[in-house]
Amino acid sequence: MFYPIQLLADWLTYNVFSITPKTLLAEAVNFFIYDTVKILILLSVIIFFVSIIRSYLPPEKIRDILARKNKYVGNVIASLLGIITPFCSCSAIPLFLGFIQAGVPLGTTFSFLVASPMINEVALVLLLGMFGWKIALMYVISGLIISILSGIIIGKMKVESLVEPFVYQNTINGNIELPTMNRKERIIYAKNYTLDILKKVWLYILIGIGIGAWIHGYVPADFLAQYAGSDKWYAVPLAVLIGIPLYSNAAGVIPLVSALTEKGVAMGTTLAFMMSVTALSLPEFMILKRVMKMRLILIFAGIVGLGIIFTGYLFNLVLK
Amino acid sequence: MDGELWYYLNMKIQVLGSGCAACKKLFEITQKAVSELKLNTEVEYITDIQKIVAMGLMRSPVLAINDKPVLIGSVPDIEKIKKIIQENT
Repeated sequence: MFYPIQLLADWLTYNVFSITPKTLLAEAVNFFIYDTVKILILLSVIIFFVSIIRSYLPPEKIRDILARKNKYVGNVIASLLGIITPFCSCSAIPLFLGFIQAGVPLGTTFSFLVASPMINEVALVLLLGMFGWKIALMYVISGLIISILSGIIIGKMKVESLVEPFVYQNTINGNIELPTMNRKERIIYAKNYTLDILKKVWLYILIGIGIGAWIHGYVPADFLAQYAGSDKWYAVPLAVLIGIPLYSNAAGVIPLVSALTEKGVAMGTTLAFMMSVTALSLPEFMILKRVMKMRLILIFAGIVGLGIIFTGYLFNLVLK
Repeated sequence: MDGELWYYLNMKIQVLGSGCAACKKLFEITQKAVSELKLNTEVEYITDIQKIVAMGLMRSPVLAINDKPVLIGSVPDIEKIKKIIQENT
């Protein structure tokens, strides 16, 4: 499917830049061009289509769907709908307030709050482009399981008292009339959204792939196996910890991680790292502090963190 | 006072946001649009998130005209905003 891109990369490397084939430099340059073009094309296509779907399912509609569902079905649907909803820290609070005040259970709300950032479309495209569809699918499915279970556990814990009291003092009616969009407006919306994302991430992706290309060409294979291979028990929790402060740089971190995996980091460790980068974010925790007590944020981060660590170990075992 | 002038004086244009960068941008563009359309009204900037939620919305920023949300969660260019204001007055 990506054969024409390989031709383009070969032509640029050997004919335009006239780099001698089979040298380390040629390999690195070829890898850089191929990966960059492939990822940018994948990003544009996938984000465009996700945006079109999203234009039919804005958060307000999702809320009205979730308010009518019972607990377990609600957790599943909240997690699935979280996939198409991009997470922006500026809408975390209105999302939380809107869900709770329309009567969506706390556990269901948390399923959504975990799935929305964790199954992030940019991360998904990068995984697809660098590791293939099997790994991308594994990422989505384990993300869904973690968000469904986290929500169910938080729901069972009856921690409503740890939500700031003002949240429950207001109730709202859903089913409001939203401005409607015609087909042309949906396409314009999707195009603008795709361009916005590309503008935001292209530099990180280039830098990430650039460093990745250098590692690919110059660092010996298995170099990292002695530190982060699948037999090292501490690799997974360490990867999760490192991922927490890296939220805004997911786009640049992933190409880098792909190169590290090539040099011996176990796949489960890589996936755990990715999940931690997208799902556990310090800025998000700080913002959530406005609507819930610190203890609830810690419970939330703890459950999701343990889920990620467990997933990392599991994949390290399975993919050995 | 003639009817049209009375109407514009009572027109309410609000930008509601969580205080993020996009919200401020929408507020500035809307102010500019209102002055270019020579509407005799002020644009109000509201950062109380509960107000957005109470309108039944969960995205920010929001542009509301006479309490009706007409633009949600995006910042278009000034021409689009002018068009929206004209369509909703």
